[in-house]
Amino acid sequence: MSTIEQETETEETTDESAEPTVESPGERRRAEKQERAQAREDQRVDEEIDHSEETITLKVFRYDPEVEGKEEPRFDDFTVPFHKGMTVLDALIYSRDHYDSSLTFRHSCRQAVCGSDALFINGRQRLACKTQIADLDAGTIRIEPLPHQEVVKDLVVDMEHFYDQMEAVEPYFDADELPDDELEEQRQDRENREKIKMSTRCIWCGACMSSCNIAAGDNEYLGPAAINKAYRFAMDEREGEQRKQERLRIIEQEHGVWRCQTQFSCTEVCPKDIPLTEHIQELKREAVKNNLKFW
Amino acid sequence: MSQSYNRGTVEDFGRWRDFSAGMWAWIFHKFTGWVLVGYLFTHIAVLSTAIQGEALYNGTLQGLEALLVVRFLEVGLLAVAVFHILNGLRLLFVDLGIGLEAQDKSFYASMVLTGAIVVASIPTFLGGKLV
Ligand code: SF4
Ligand code: FES
Repeated sequence: MSTIEQETETEETTDESAEPTVESPGERRRAEKQERAQAREDQRVDEEIDHSEETITLKVFRYDPEVEGKEEPRFDDFTVPFHKGMTVLDALIYSRDHYDSSLTFRHSCRQAVCGSDALFINGRQRLACKTQIADLDAGTIRIEPLPHQEVVKDLVVDMEHFYDQMEAVEPYFDADELPDDELEEQRQDRENREKIKMSTRCIWCGACMSSCNIAAGDNEYLGPAAINKAYRFAMDEREGEQRKQERLRIIEQEHGVWRCQTQFSCTEVCPKDIPLTEHIQELKREAVKNNLKFW
Repeated sequence: MSQSYNRGTVEDFGRWRDFSAGMWAWIFHKFTGWVLVGYLFTHIAVLSTAIQGEALYNGTLQGLEALLVVRFLEVGLLAVAVFHILNGLRLLFVDLGIGLEAQDKSFYASMVLTGAIVVASIPTFLGGKLV
């Protein structure tokens, strides 16, 4: 029931010319009321826009397979007042709250920690919350969902495959022997910590995977983020020997590290500045060394 | 599951304007690689005329050198080979894990060097008089 109501609502707001054929007084009242509300809202938005000196235009990818008339992808323009320090995510939130509440995108922490708002902004994978509008040189900001991932609705893509690949490298710590005392720490020396430091920063945003056209062509390729996860554990001195061997077996399979052709696209887009290509290359060498066993 | 929309090829090479250095290096390396493979076959074909005797071999080579278009193709071949070699060295370093932060600079360097070598070679290739 609620979904039906919602649908009619969105249809009314987007398609005002469509008049219902039979109208009950109640419906008319509601429609009028909504119209007045809409007019007030428009006026308020107008005023708000007038008062701010600077505005920016967002060009946002819209697509909703479940609502009639929206199955065809299109771009919507939103004019948003600009203020210093505004991020692309701020602008999107503004658009959603002021213009179109059906605009759908993921976000949560707003501080580049949760990894939920990786989007394709002006032709590049970026975190919306980490991207300052002032840093984008183009006047209009073009916002699309991540490429090479299935679009579910508007800016939301299906991350399932990415998560599967992340899980495929078994990203958890597994030491050979645990300290006798349950509460005792398992220490790592400073140098080793430095080595894996960058690789621990991944926030599972999927930007790297989306930028990689090898990953796009080969669905089984583990992808930069998953290999980086493997690196994070394989290079940790505390990891057990057996687990490390197992991990190396996983990453050196046909669709593992050897698929990487060092395009550096992932390294370029990673919002946490993880040197992904470097880590992949190091694992390639590690895999070879492990198989040759000359030393 | 809702259906989802596939954006097609626009996602890949339709975006070439947004490509960064590493991506271009990859594309050029692939391209030059295939050109060199193609050249290998003509190379073998031309050289194998020597099996039929000196005269035919010399005749073929002189005949080819007499064509202006062949001279230009030679310059192109040099460009392709030099880039492939230089970028190959760059990739060797990348594989050894050396200088990965400078990978874009080394790509530009190999481009510039290729250009310089090609320009320097033009007198040699195009200078000799066409028989
Ligand atoms: S490696 Fe970087 S780009 Fe890839 S998922 Fe992790 S944080 Fe995102
Ligand atoms: S909102 Fe959490 S990373 Fe952008």
